[in-house]
Amino acid sequence: MSLKIHVRTTVNGEETEFLCEGRQSLLEALRDILGLTGTKEGCNDGNCGACTINLDGRIVDSCLVLAAEAEGKTILTIEGVASIDGLHPLQQSFLEQAALQCGICTPGFIVAAKALLEQEPDADEHRIRHWLAGNLCRCTGYDKIIRAVLDAGAVVRGAK
Amino acid sequence: MAEKGSRAKALAGGTDVLVQLRAKRYLIDRLVDIKKIPEMNELTCTEQAGLVLGAAVPCCLIYENQDVSRLYPGLIDSAFLIGGIQIQGRASIGGNLCNAAPSADAIPTLIALEATCNIVGPKGKRTIAVEDFCTGPGQNVLKDGELLVSIHLPPPKRNSGAHYLRFIPRNEMDIAVAGVGASVVLSNGKIESARLALASVAPTPVFATKAAATLVGKEANEEAVLEAAEEAKKAAKPISDMRGTIEQRIHLVGVLTKRALNKAIARAKGAE
Repeated sequence: MSLKIHVRTTVNGEETEFLCEGRQSLLEALRDILGLTGTKEGCNDGNCGACTINLDGRIVDSCLVLAAEAEGKTILTIEGVASIDGLHPLQQSFLEQAALQCGICTPGFIVAAKALLEQEPDADEHRIRHWLAGNLCRCTGYDKIIRAVLDAGAVVRGAK
Repeated sequence: MAEKGSRAKALAGGTDVLVQLRAKRYLIDRLVDIKKIPEMNELTCTEQAGLVLGAAVPCCLIYENQDVSRLYPGLIDSAFLIGGIQIQGRASIGGNLCNAAPSADAIPTLIALEATCNIVGPKGKRTIAVEDFCTGPGQNVLKDGELLVSIHLPPPKRNSGAHYLRFIPRNEMDIAVAGVGASVVLSNGKIESARLALASVAPTPVFATKAAATLVGKEANEEAVLEAAEEAKKAAKPISDMRGTIEQRIHLVGVLTKRALNKAIARAKGAE
């Protein structure tokens, strides 16, 4: 039995620390240690994107990051997407466009799409579909998700 | 790592090793995060010295680098194909090479671009060509305690071009049924030299030297490309599995070789 590892990190703007085992993924640490269960476990092998988080400005599958690797890093999860003023434009447009059914994939899609819109609020449909290729949805058939991201992009760039 | 021998593994992006550990493909006692070693993160690209690519540099930093994009568009083809955006934020070309999958999307490109591996271990340093690195599915030449530190790509030659492409049933996020990396050097409209490498059609990536040799000295035209494509099909020794049959894969090698060469030739002539 190995000793636990002490990790200091910033999660959704707050400095946080936790103890984890060396083998634990960041996904496990977020959900089981920090209680941030908004990030979902789908395949647990990097295919589905349900566990997408933003790590130091890059979207990654948190199932493919070790919790210990989060030391000194800045993490954004779905819990940090809305602000005190209300829902993020992406969250609002996912609701308005009914871009979810069972909802398991939704946090991953929103965290991934947010990173795209921050760089490219005018991303077109092709670019959005390519960017979100690492996120699987088994319910919607994707069209409503793409429409929601296009719509949120318009809000983010002030065109709507 | 030397202390634990075969019971130790290096962790770069983790997109292969963490999945394999979870699936208990092998058991280890020590996983060493190499990402804080400066040499592993080197990304130096100049027309004079070529590219030094640290083994842990993630794909996203490669295709966002303007010098690499300008000098090695063939490498960008691979970096932009591996996984989705989430994977490209972590996965490295060095890891793709060490994982030694027959289907690896970066290895044919590295072979086409004459890349070499800088290896460091308890007995010192050594350098080997990428085409000699893989020894079987998931197997490579690294001995216990040895690490791939970086990959070196020689400076691009004048009037040269390269391209990698693969066939997958989806648009993105899939494993190659077959893939082809090609590079050519042109001189007065003729092909001075060429290199071809194939993915997913043998236990290791295939360096198709005979097929490339058919091109040398010929006009860079459709006839020469088709002859090389036919020869490349002979170098493919695929199996039938859930991703494709032997017949389909051999056929794909012909089609992909033709397309890879046409694009490499276009790039050598100055196209994007």
